[in-house]
Amino acid sequence: MAKTVTQEFTKGLWEEIAPFRLVLGLCPVLGVTTTMENGIGMGLATTFVLVCSNILVSILRKFIPAKVRIACFIVIIATFVTVVELLMQAFAYPLFLKLGVFIPLIVVNCLVLGRAEAFAFKNKLIPSVADGLGMGVGFTLSLGALGAVREILGTGMFLGMSVFGASYEPFAFMVQAPGAFVCLGLMLCGMNIIGSK
Amino acid sequence: MGYMEIIIGCIFVNNILLAQFLGNCPFLGTSKKMETAVGMSMAVIFVLVLAGTITWLIYDLILVRFDLVYLRTISFILVIASLVQFVEMFLKKSIPALYAGLGIFLPLITTNCAVMGACVLNVDKELTFVQSLVASFAYAVGFGLALILFAGVRERIILARVPKQLEDTSIGLVTAGVIALAFYAFKGMV
Repeated sequence: MAKTVTQEFTKGLWEEIAPFRLVLGLCPVLGVTTTMENGIGMGLATTFVLVCSNILVSILRKFIPAKVRIACFIVIIATFVTVVELLMQAFAYPLFLKLGVFIPLIVVNCLVLGRAEAFAFKNKLIPSVADGLGMGVGFTLSLGALGAVREILGTGMFLGMSVFGASYEPFAFMVQAPGAFVCLGLMLCGMNIIGSK
Repeated sequence: MGYMEIIIGCIFVNNILLAQFLGNCPFLGTSKKMETAVGMSMAVIFVLVLAGTITWLIYDLILVRFDLVYLRTISFILVIASLVQFVEMFLKKSIPALYAGLGIFLPLITTNCAVMGACVLNVDKELTFVQSLVASFAYAVGFGLALILFAGVRERIILARVPKQLEDTSIGLVTAGVIALAFYAFKGMV
C-alpha cells in the first residue's frame, strides 16, 4: 500500500522514531546529549546528511548497480558529512568542538545508511525527502528530549536558567556516562507504557 | 605517554563503549547471546588493529603531507569498508575455520562506529605510530571486555521477571548503565 507523503514524514516522528523504535544510531544519542543544545545541534547535522543522502540516492537509484550499492551509499554519505564538518567549522565552531568525534561519525551512523538502503534506494524522490526529513526531525526531537532531561536533572539548569531553585543539589549522575544509558532506558520504558495504552 | 598508561586508559578509563559511547549498536545488538558477543569482540579486535594501523599511515603519509586533511572522513570510511571486505575474502580463502566463526560479524563492522571512532581519536590525539597501534588494540580489548560482561548479565536477565514495558532494549540500557557505573570507578586512574 502506497503511503502519502505526509505519512512518510510523520512515521519518523512516533511510529518509527529512530533511536527508540528502531534502536539505530545510538552512539550520538548517548554521547552528545549532556545538554539540550548539543543534542539538537547533533540532530540537525544528522538531519542534513540524512535528507541530502536520501535525495542523491533516490535520484541515482537507477544508475547504482545493486552489487556495489553499499559502497556507493557510503561515498555519498561521507561526502555530505564532510560538507557538514566544514560548514560547522566555519559557522558553529564552539558546537563543533563540543560534538567532537561524533561529527565525522555521522558517516557510520546506521540510521543514515539504513534509510538509504531500506527506503531511498526503492522510492521516488519526493517520498525519500519526506522520509529523510521525518526520520531526521524524529531523531532531533529524541536527542533534544534526552538532552533536556539530562540537563535539567544533572545540573538543575535549563538553557542557563535555574529550574528547581538554589537549594537543588544537582543529580550529577545524569550528565555522566552511566546516566545516559539509564536515562535512555527509562525513556524507552516510558514510551512503551504510553504506546501500550 | 607510557604504553602501560595507554593500555589501562583505553581499556578501562576511557572504555570505548561505556565512556566514549562508540559502537553501541552492536553492543545492544549482539549481546543477547554469549556466542555472538564473543564472535563480535574477536572480529572487532582483528579489524580495529588493522584499521588503526592503516588509517594512521594514510593520515600521516598521504593526507597530512599533501594537505588533504579535509578528506579524512571519506578516506577513513573507504579504507575501513574495503579493509573489511578484504579481510572477509582473505579469511574465507585461507582460514575457513576463523571465517566460520567471525563470518556474519565482519560485514557489520563497517558501520561499527567503534572502529572509525578509534581511528579518528588516534589521529586527533596525534599519537605516534606505535602508540596508535597499542591504543587501537587496547580500545578493541576494552570493547570486547564490556561486550562480554554485558552479554553475561543479559543472559541472566532473560531468566528474571521483568515488567513488560521494560523488556528487551529498555532493561538492556539500564543494565548497561549499571555496568558503565562500575567502569566509572576507574575514572581518574590515569
